[in-house]
Parts: sequence; C-alpha cells; structure tokens
Amino acid sequence: MNPQLLWLIPTLPFAGFLLNGTLGRRLPRAAVAAIALFFTLAPALIVAKLWSYMQSAGAPLALSISSRPWIAVTGFSVNFAFAVDHLTLIMLGVVTGVGFLIHLYSVGYMEHEEGYWRFFAYLNLFMFFMLVLVLSSSFLLLFVGWEGVGLASYLLIGFYFTKDSAANAGKKAFIVNRIGDFGFLLAMFLLVQHYGSLSFDSVFSQISAAHLSGGLLTTIALLLVLGATGKSAQIPLYAWLPDAMEGPTPVSALIHAATMVTAGVYMIARCHVLFDHAPAALTVVAIIGALTALLAATIGMVQHDIKRVLAYSTISQLGYMFLACGVGAYSAGIFHLMTHAFFKALLFLAAGSVIHALGGEQDMRRMGGLRKRIPITFWTMTSGVFAIAGIYPFAGFFSKDEILYQVFTHGGALYIFLWLVGLATAGLTSFYMFRLWFKTFFGEVRFTEDTQHSHGVHESPPMMTFPLIVLGVLSVTGGWVGIPFVLGGSNEIEHFLRPVFHPFPALEVPFVPELVSGGATEAILALISLLTAAAGFYFAWLLYYRKPGEATRLANSTNATRFAYKLLDHKYWVDEIYQRGIVTPLLAISRVLLNGLVDTGIVQGSAWALTEGTGGLGWLVRRVQSGNIRSYAGWLALGAACVIVIVLFGHHPFH
Amino acid sequence: MVPIAYYLVLAGVLFCIGIAAFLMKRNIITIFMSIELMLNAVNLTFVAFAHMWHQVSGQIFVFFVMVVAAAEAAVGLAIIIALFRVRQTLNVDQVNLLKN
Repeated sequence: MNPQLLWLIPTLPFAGFLLNGTLGRRLPRAAVAAIALFFTLAPALIVAKLWSYMQSAGAPLALSISSRPWIAVTGFSVNFAFAVDHLTLIMLGVVTGVGFLIHLYSVGYMEHEEGYWRFFAYLNLFMFFMLVLVLSSSFLLLFVGWEGVGLASYLLIGFYFTKDSAANAGKKAFIVNRIGDFGFLLAMFLLVQHYGSLSFDSVFSQISAAHLSGGLLTTIALLLVLGATGKSAQIPLYAWLPDAMEGPTPVSALIHAATMVTAGVYMIARCHVLFDHAPAALTVVAIIGALTALLAATIGMVQHDIKRVLAYSTISQLGYMFLACGVGAYSAGIFHLMTHAFFKALLFLAAGSVIHALGGEQDMRRMGGLRKRIPITFWTMTSGVFAIAGIYPFAGFFSKDEILYQVFTHGGALYIFLWLVGLATAGLTSFYMFRLWFKTFFGEVRFTEDTQHSHGVHESPPMMTFPLIVLGVLSVTGGWVGIPFVLGGSNEIEHFLRPVFHPFPALEVPFVPELVSGGATEAILALISLLTAAAGFYFAWLLYYRKPGEATRLANSTNATRFAYKLLDHKYWVDEIYQRGIVTPLLAISRVLLNGLVDTGIVQGSAWALTEGTGGLGWLVRRVQSGNIRSYAGWLALGAACVIVIVLFGHHPFH
Repeated sequence: MVPIAYYLVLAGVLFCIGIAAFLMKRNIITIFMSIELMLNAVNLTFVAFAHMWHQVSGQIFVFFVMVVAAAEAAVGLAIIIALFRVRQTLNVDQVNLLKN
C-alpha cells in the first residue's frame, strides 16, 4: 500500500468543501448531495483499505509520511506529517464511517432547509479538519485540525444564523473553546522550549528516555488537559455543549457527539507517554471525568428538550472516557469512544428522525406514543438507548464496564470513590435514557397532529432510516470486540491497541489472560453495574410509564426535593455563575480599561493628537504663505540675515 | 588712498537702503530698482576688493553681475508690463491671486 494515499484521506473532503463552497449555490440539490457524499465515501474506502493492509501479516505497526518543512527556523522545524497506528485507525474508522452515514442521513434531513450547499460544504470542511486532527503526527498539525474543527463547529452551530440563539450558541462554543486552546498553546510552547520539537515521536521518546516525572511534565499535561476539557466539554468548560444543540441535528450527531468532542480524549490517549510520567495530572483527569459524568447525568434527568438530554448524556459519557484515561486505561477509553460514537450518533439521528416526524417539535412533554407511528426509528433508538444504558449484550455495556472495572482495580480509596461515582452515573444514565424512551415512544399521545400544513407524523425516508439501521446494528455488535475474558470473549480491542499504549513488550508483564482479567471481581462488578442499569430502568418505568405525573408530584413533595429539582432544572446555575463571575467582570474590564482607556484613550487619542498636531502646525505654517510679495521678501531677507549671522559668528564645523 | 573700509561702509549703506526699499515699497518698479541698488552695492564691494588685492577676478565678477542684471531687467520689465496689462496696477499688495 502506497503511504502517499494518506494525503488523500483529508484532502478529498477538502476538495468537496471547495466544490460545494464555491459552486454549490448554483448546483441543483442532488448534485450538492452527490459531491458531499462522494468526497466522504472515498476517504472511508481508503481507510477501509488501509485497515485491511494494517491488519495483514507483516504490516508495520505504524505508517508515516511527511512533507518538506512547513515551518523551518533555526533549530526547529515542523513538517506536514501524518502517521497511522492502531489508535489512529480506530479514529479514522469512526470519523469516516460514522461521518459518511451522517452525511447520508443529512441528505434526507436537510431536504427542506435553506442553505443546503452551505451545510454540506461545512460538513465536508469539518471532515477535512477532523481527519487532519487524527492523522497528524505532531502537536502543531493536531492543533491545526483542533482549531479547524472548532471553526466548522462554530459555523454549523450557527447554521441558522438568522436565529439569535443559534448565533449566540456558536459564539459561546467558540469562545469557551478558546480558553482551552490557550492551555493547549501554552503546553506547545513549553514543549518547544524544553524538547525543541513538536513531533510526537521526538517528544515522547525524549520524555520516556529521561524518566523524569517532574513539575514540568505535570504542568504540560495539565495545560493539555485544559485544552481537552474545552474540546471535550468537561468541567469547567462544558457549558458550551448543551447550547451547541442549536445546530441542525445531524451536526449534533457528527460533531457534538461522535467525533469532534472526542478529540480531547483522543489527544490524551495520544499523549499517554506524557501523562504516564505525570501521575498528578492523570489523577486530575480522573477526577474531572468522574465529576463531569455525574454532574451532567444529574442535569440530564430533568431536561425536557430531547436533544438537550442527549447533549448532557454526551458530556456524561465523555466524562467516562476521561475517567478511563485518568486511570491509565486508555484502550478502555478509546473503546468507549468508539461504542459511544456508534450509539450516540444513532441516538441523535433517531432523535432527529423523531423531530422530523413531528415537524420540528423537540419538547418531550409534547411527544409520546410514537412507538407504532415511526417503528424503524423506535427500534433503532431502542438499540441506542439499551446500548448507552449499559444493558447486556449491547455495545455500551462492555465499554462502560471495562472502564468501571479498570477504575475499581486501580487501587486506592480515591479510585473506589470514583468507581462509586461512575456506578451512580451509570444508574442515572439508565434512568434518564429510559425516561426519554418512555416519554417519547410510550404513553398517551401528547402532540397535536397538524395534517393541514404537513403530511402528519410519518416515518423518515430510507435515506435517513438506512444510517439508523446500520448504526443500530453497530450499537448492538460494536461492543463485541471488547468482551472481557471472564465473559468468554478475548478483549480484541485491548490487543489491537496494545502496540500503541504498551510499545515495549519486554517491559510489560507477559500477556496472560488470568492476570489481565480479574476473573471473579470483574464478573461481580459487571453484575453490579447491570443491576444498577436495571434499577435505572425500573425507576424510569415506574415514574414515566406506570404512573405518569408521579415524577412531578415527587419533585414537589417536600421543600428539599423542590429545591433539588430547581437546582437540576437550572443546571446548578453554572451558566449564571459564569455569567456573573467571569463574563460580566470581563466585559466591565473590557469596557472600562480596554475600550475606555486603551482604545479611546491611547489608540484613538494618539491618532487624534497626531491629526490635531498636524492641523495646528499647518495652520501656523499657512500664515507664512500670505500671498503678499513683500512679506515673502521679508522672510527672504530674514533668512539671508540668519545665514550671515551663522557664517560670521557660528562655530564652523570643519575647524 | 581711500581706505577699503569706506567703500565697504558705503556698499553696506547702499545695500541696506536697497533692502529697506525692497521691503517697504509697494510699487513694483521701485522694488525692481531697489534690487538693482542691492546688486550694485555688491558690485561696489567686488571692485573694492579687486582693487585692494590687485586681482582682476573681482572686476570680472562685476561684469557677470551686470550681464545677469541686464538680462533680469529685460525679463522682469517684460513681466511687469504683462502684469500691468492684466491687473491695471503696479501695487504688489493687490497682486496676490495665488493666495487661497
């Protein structure tokens, strides 16, 4: 296989972006869709070919290509360089595969929307940057992709830019991400300063050679974590993701669930050498992950907007991935990343299908009883709900269980506590997902059918249901690559990723199934989390199917529950706290100091002084040009007199 | 023999009279004449110094100045006539069209 093909993987979607972005306005919709689909399918096929090549016997563990220097200054140079190892392969597979399915779905979903060409141009642009991000073999190029997906995300969140809330949500996502990117940039500066390079190979080999775990590495790692919390919507920078739901639903599925938001997890896994040498930073990652998972799950319980429930659940699941990375179980994190990409993309697309069927209704209080009306959506969504809730044998069960098991066996009271947090989150996840399921598909019909203006509640076209079915199957089977030994599997994915995360087999304990799998412990833990998920299901069933309205009564029963409900309903007032604590002071500082003093005072002031000074000088000099010949003569005589005085009495410079 | 200082003082007095007239007079012909006066004051110093140093170059300079003055007078008077035809005046204070 020719490694130069790697260049094609990102450039093809870019070509699609250029075509649709420049000519799309004049092309018919079918042509726009065909261009977008072709330029996403082609890289997916290349990735498939790459995958089979990398799996074949005798293939190298990593492919890499690099261009002539991109940035070259004395003692420091960066190339455009791509590298593919097994971690990248999984990411490539997820991005191109899920990406293509979502493109396909969008063709149907966006049918009646304005700006069809714009939408697909942006989507292809996103694919380009995301592929650059995962293929890059240096921090700098990764950062290019990182910023690029942020840009695409901004454009797509604000796709309905005439709507204020969408435009604001786009800005919010962009600005919040800037804070994280600031950390990423600082980390890169430190890396350049201390290692003189930004390429992964060079930096990581220097780090592992030095066997240092000093404050420097911890600082770099923490700065990278700051970047990751921005992109992957973790505490403290998660607030942008729920608002990002203003974008079209396929965008939420692709960017804000399956791919872009996992970039932070990918980056941490990619930098595992660095993080392994900075245990303090890893602990921070684990704590952030667990807390985010729990926080987002609790908020998700009381949301009414179907997409917001999914948004909070995404934040919560990303927290799981962080937790996995935080205990050094990178392959478990990536495993969950993969299964999450399947079932969360599915859930969003299915939610989109529900919204489509109801003509734009997103509030679950006005849904219900849709099971019979849109059966394909119902069954595929069921698959997704069971997967995310962690019901055996759906995909989410295996990946979530692997994470919880790894956390539990990491050792130390802190990790037992984090395991409990993770377990509680699993129960809450199951609860709010089944709540969504029951409220949407079961019970009485709470929507009013508008048959006058649309053709009523209807199943989506095949263009949309096909991706749903594919993802539905993947949500069931996707986890089977990681069945642990105790359940009769062989944890394929762990093997697959082993060369990436444990590159020195000599230093590792030999791979013995009994040692790797905890045997009885793992089985017991799996049983516990399954029971927790079942409990979540039971309560959701009780409150939203058996006795609908019970939940409201319960929330209003005592002062304490009323307060708890209010707390969750207002999302812990985090947005308000950020608004009061950060945005308002920053705005005040900007207005008074930057705008008032610096901009008006110094910048405009100096310009004003310059013009006024020039004007004044001109006014003065203009007096000389009186037009009166005798005054000119006077000046002339005065000048001549001055010259004479200087010649006679002046100090001659040459003597 | 008359000392050189006498000549120079005379030349200085003539030159200052020329400047004063040049600055004060409004009639352009008078201004023209005061310029000639200044030129001849300078000529006088040239001649005086030439005599003092027994050098001819000073006198040659005087001829040059005279030639230039004659040429200048020709051009200048032509301009004055042209100006008078247009403006019907010789008062320089009224010849300020270039202002504004």
